[in-house]
Amino acid sequence: MVQSSAIPIPKLKEFLIVSIQVDLHDKMAEQLQHDILKRISETNAKGVLVDISVLETVDSFIGRTLAETARMAGILDAELVIVGMPPSVASTFVELGLSMGGVRTAINLDEGFDMLEAYLKGEIRHQKISATEGEDVVGDETDKD
Amino acid sequence: MLWEMKLIKIREEADILKARNAAKVMAMDMGFGLVDQTRIATAVSELARNVFTYAGEGEVQIQEDCKPQRGIKVTFIDRGPGIEDVDLALTDGFSTGRSMGKGLPGAKRLMDSLEIETQPGKGTTVTVEKWLSD
Amino acid sequence: MLQNASIPILKLKEFLIVSIQTDLHDRMAEQLQYDILHRISETNAKGVLIDISALEMVDSFIGRTLADTAKMAATLDADIVIVGMQPAVAITLVELGLSMGEVRTAINLDEGYELLKEELVEETPQTDEAESVAAEAEEDDNGSV
Repeated sequence: MVQSSAIPIPKLKEFLIVSIQVDLHDKMAEQLQHDILKRISETNAKGVLVDISVLETVDSFIGRTLAETARMAGILDAELVIVGMPPSVASTFVELGLSMGGVRTAINLDEGFDMLEAYLKGEIRHQKISATEGEDVVGDETDKD
Repeated sequence: MLWEMKLIKIREEADILKARNAAKVMAMDMGFGLVDQTRIATAVSELARNVFTYAGEGEVQIQEDCKPQRGIKVTFIDRGPGIEDVDLALTDGFSTGRSMGKGLPGAKRLMDSLEIETQPGKGTTVTVEKWLSD
Repeated sequence: MLQNASIPILKLKEFLIVSIQTDLHDRMAEQLQYDILHRISETNAKGVLIDISALEMVDSFIGRTLADTAKMAATLDADIVIVGMQPAVAITLVELGLSMGEVRTAINLDEGYELLKEELVEETPQTDEAESVAAEAEEDDNGSV
């Protein structure tokens, strides 16, 4: 393939930026989750910005995967922010009664970046993410001040 | 030695992608290193694109060769306009089309050998080879 | 694997970030070029970071597309920096004889961002200096102490 099968996760300052441009099936989602966590440890990143602005559909599987990744990132001391959720997706989520478990969202990368910087400066608190349906809760996360 | 020959017909732009992926896979299977795989894929991309751009359609044959030594051989066949002046075409910067050059000099540098058979008005056959180093 | 037709262009402060994760066919390349230029004028962006770390191969078509986009962006007063070029790609581009012209490259997104920021900083002080020199000259003319 001319492109690597993995989604690139470049670092910008203390944050990682992930631009998702394909529908994430099982294996790819697993791979992405693994890669994000690996990159967080490698780079000691404090935040991850995940852009989903060109995804036509975001189903409950992807929603759960992202929420799960956010929880895991939190354990590694990094905040995950979903940016660019298309309006159609947001309404579908509401209609389907799906929740992202409290994962941070921002309207675009710029806002998401500002949000993370504010968080790092201590201006806003750590976001506690609740377990989504079907997820085993191993232990509660402690709040960061 | 692999006796299969991969044949890819070039009818639309997406076929260029098919051709270079097939070449890359075969190069990988044959044991070429990553950089050589990239060289081969890039050369195939250039030449397959030529077929599409200048002839509209044609075919690409990818196979393993063992003369003079083990390597990959890719042949590009079309019934397009042919090349009037081959020497000129092999010079950097030459172009009659809207692209910057026929990509032949570049492909020649990436591969170990490049041969052209062409007849204006009848068509062109380009054969490139890259051999595995010991 | 479902894929959306357009490549997202993310704005971050005064820069745009584009992550190319797929093969660029004729139409897609044209579309991307147009979208980048459109976004530059829309956002008044000063620079564009094009991440090609996912590309395992860059042929003359893609190379030309990138070089042309950089030229067009320059007319809109924006710099383009290509980041994340894989080593094998760098080698083949040189052997292909493809001159990327004035297209700047950086090893990764972080470095590319720093490069663009440096450029921006360089542009402004000169104006300030020129203004203060002119102001001083005017004062002298007026005979003020």
